Formats: sequence, structure tokens, C-alpha cells
Amino acid sequence: MSELKSWREIPKGAVIEEAGNSEEYKTGTWRSFRPIWYKDKCIQCYRCWTFCPDSSILIKEGKVAGINYEYCKGCGICAHECPKKASAIEMVPEKT
Amino acid sequence: MQKFDAFTGNLAVATAMKQINPDVCAAYPITPSTEIMMIFADFVSNGEVNTELVTVESEHSAMSACIGASLAGGRVMTATSSAGLAYMWELLSVASGLRCPIVMTCVNRALSAPLNIHCDHSDAMGARDTGWIQIFSENAQEAYDNVIQAIRIAEHKDVKLPVMVCVDGFIISHSYEKMQYMEDKEVRDFVGEFKPYKSLLNVEKPETFGAMVLPNYYMEFKRQVREGMERARQVILEVGEEFSQRFGRYYSNFENYMLDDADFVFVVMNSAAGTVKHVVKNLREKGIKAGVLKPRVFRPFPFKEIADTLKNSKIICVLDRAETFGAEGGPLYLEIKSALQTIESNPTVINRIFGLGQRDFLPYHVENVFKEMRNYLDSGNIKMFDYVNLRD
Repeated sequence: MSELKSWREIPKGAVIEEAGNSEEYKTGTWRSFRPIWYKDKCIQCYRCWTFCPDSSILIKEGKVAGINYEYCKGCGICAHECPKKASAIEMVPEKT
Repeated sequence: MQKFDAFTGNLAVATAMKQINPDVCAAYPITPSTEIMMIFADFVSNGEVNTELVTVESEHSAMSACIGASLAGGRVMTATSSAGLAYMWELLSVASGLRCPIVMTCVNRALSAPLNIHCDHSDAMGARDTGWIQIFSENAQEAYDNVIQAIRIAEHKDVKLPVMVCVDGFIISHSYEKMQYMEDKEVRDFVGEFKPYKSLLNVEKPETFGAMVLPNYYMEFKRQVREGMERARQVILEVGEEFSQRFGRYYSNFENYMLDDADFVFVVMNSAAGTVKHVVKNLREKGIKAGVLKPRVFRPFPFKEIADTLKNSKIICVLDRAETFGAEGGPLYLEIKSALQTIESNPTVINRIFGLGQRDFLPYHVENVFKEMRNYLDSGNIKMFDYVNLRD
């Protein structure tokens, strides 16, 4: 969210007038734990991509390529779902 | 061309609804408002209206369906009473917050417990701060006229808020009286075509309704509701003016009955105002300067105009048909006291709670209160708060 508007400038009844604008809402600031993805440990099973509720697993040229920290809320589902034998995602506390 | 006929309050409201011909009505029956939707259901079955009548499983669902239909772009009406309104409570502020111009008749009935199906204003007063415009009606005629005007007020571009038209249960809802009514076409011309502000069904431009708003914007949306309410003050007067020009019955924020030089003033809403006016008329015939102020619009409360009208009176008795349990007095009393803080003169204001659960309120009860008021001017003593017709 960029600049906050006055009550005079916003649509009546809290209507969201633009479709698909949740993209503008950067939920990354909610995070208290940050997932760290280790490229060398990753076995490319896509479990993190499948389970991430915020579509924050980055894919480049068909391969897991990291985490989108602008939207990742730090829920830890990716680290939980990552197979034990790989353990390619670690949750670390965010710096405050 | 207007005609006269015998109407109950419920028949009057159902007739107004028929003439308005709303797109959707969702309702659940509750005494004493049940009859409104029963009669209206006949109009639907007989093809006299094009309304989609949705029978739901509760009042919570009734108001939810009304909100959905309103957001979809329909003109929506319903009716309820007492516990039904209480069960809708959660949705009342959703309707105002989403700016749905729903018009609902509230046939006033007491809240349980003890269970009582008869008239008082505790239902509507519980909803006074939910962002609904509240208009009170003394008799079937006013209920009919107010429901028709409510459509124009609710849908006005500066308002966009739901309106609750209040009418006393049984005393008015189930009693026949002479009433003047318009032709269907005259009413349809007056209310006009409904143009929704926005619509869920607008597939050309999809929009989101009812999304969550975080602390950084919630207050701004509530400020907008206040703005709609403030602007409604003028709109209510304009609609009342146009209505009186077209149909010959005058409507303002409140009725001024013999108030201009009144020393003794009664403030009272809905059907009991008729009883009080009768007593005041008799007092005037004896040369006593008494008057009645009957608020028609409770939300937005016309505090400036009322304070200005009451400023020269000596003693004011506010008659409340609802309790507040723990406040200084009843809800109407609190509004009047607060309104008088905006002016310099300071008339004495007393409060009397009457008619809870439809306890009798007869002319001699008003006369007894008047005697107390007259005695006060000589002795300076009076109970500030008391009940009328309560066994002490």
C-alpha cells in the first residue's frame, strides 16, 4: 500500500473497484520467520510450491529458484513440507 | 387521485410495498410484523408485483439475503419486529457499512424477557447506533407515507444508507383506521427507477464487495457513514417537501403541535403522541400553554432544530417507550438533554418511562404528569425520572 487516502477519496462501502489488485498488497511485512532456501540441498520435488498458500515459491525455467519475500508471510508450510532427506528450507527469525 | 379506505398499519405498509414494487423481499415472520409479509406474499402470488420473495430460515438470513440482493443491484425491502430485529443486529451494521439502501419496516415490539409480544420501542432503540436512518410513524397514514419516502431517502446519491420505518405494534399495526392512499402509478412515479450505485452483477467491471478492511482504513469508511447520515438531514427535508407538494401531507424532521409559545412541552414518538396531543388540546382550551414535540426522525437526530424549538419552554417532559437501565434516562430523553446543551437557555427536562410491553398509557396518565409539571413551577420540586402507570 503506497499513500493512504482520506475518507473523501475512497469508494463508498469499502468496494474494491479494481479486480485482481491483491498483488498491490505486499504481505511480506507480516513475516516474523523467514524461510531460507538452500539451492544445493533442493531436490526439485515442488512440494513447497504445491503447498505455499501465497504462491511465493519462485520458479525459473521450470525449477524452484527461491522465495518471493514481498508476499511470503513466513507461515513455514514450505519448510514443514520439504522432505526430511532434503531439508532445503530453514525458518530463521526475522531481524527486528 | 387519492382515495380513502380503512387500513391497519400492516396493511398500509404492505400496500406501500406493493406500489413501490421492489425487486427483492427476504423475510422471516415475527409478531406483530408477520402480517406485512403475509399480505405482500398475496400480492406476489397474484402477480400484482414483480418481486422475488425469498422465504428464509431466520431474520439473520433475511437481512443477509437483503444485503446480497441489494449489492447485486436490486431495490430491497423487508419487515421485522423485536427479537427478529435483535437477531438481525449483526447484519444491520453490515447493511449500513456496505451502503445498501434497504428499506425495512420495524413494527415496534418489546424485547424478552419476560416474553411479551406487545408494543414498546426497545427493539428500534437497540439499533439506533447501527448506521440506519430511523423514521417513526404515529399512525397507519404516516407509516404508509414514510415507507414511500424512505425509498427516496435511502437511495439518494448523497445518502446510500438503509432506512428503518418504525410503527407501533398492535396499537397501529393491527388497528383499522381511515387512511388516504395514492394510485400505484403516482407512487411509482414518486419513487422512480432504482439506479444502483454499484452492482455485483456488473460483469463488465467486476468489483469486490465486503472485503476485510484493516485498521489503516476502517475508520475512514465509518466516517463516510457519518457523512451519509449528515447529508440525510437535508435529503429527508427535501423528500418531505416534494411529497407534501405532490400528495398534500406535510412531513418534516418533527411535528410541532402548539409549541410556538408553549411553557409545558411533552416530547413523545409514535402512537402515544396522539394521546398526548388530545390532552394538550384540552389544556389549551383551558388557556394553558402546553405543546407537543413529536420527533419523526430519530436518526439522524435533528438536535439543532429541536433545541431551537424548545429554547423558550419552561419545563419539558420527555416520554420514553424504552428503558436504558443505568443511564440517566431513556434514549429520547438523552437526545433531548444533549440537544439542549447546544443552546444557552436551559429549560428543566424531566423523563418518564411509559408503555413498556404495551402498558396502558391513557389521557389521565398524561394529565397526572402535567399536574406534576405545573406544581414544579410553583414549588420547584419534581422527580426528574419516574415511570407512568407503574405499581410502586
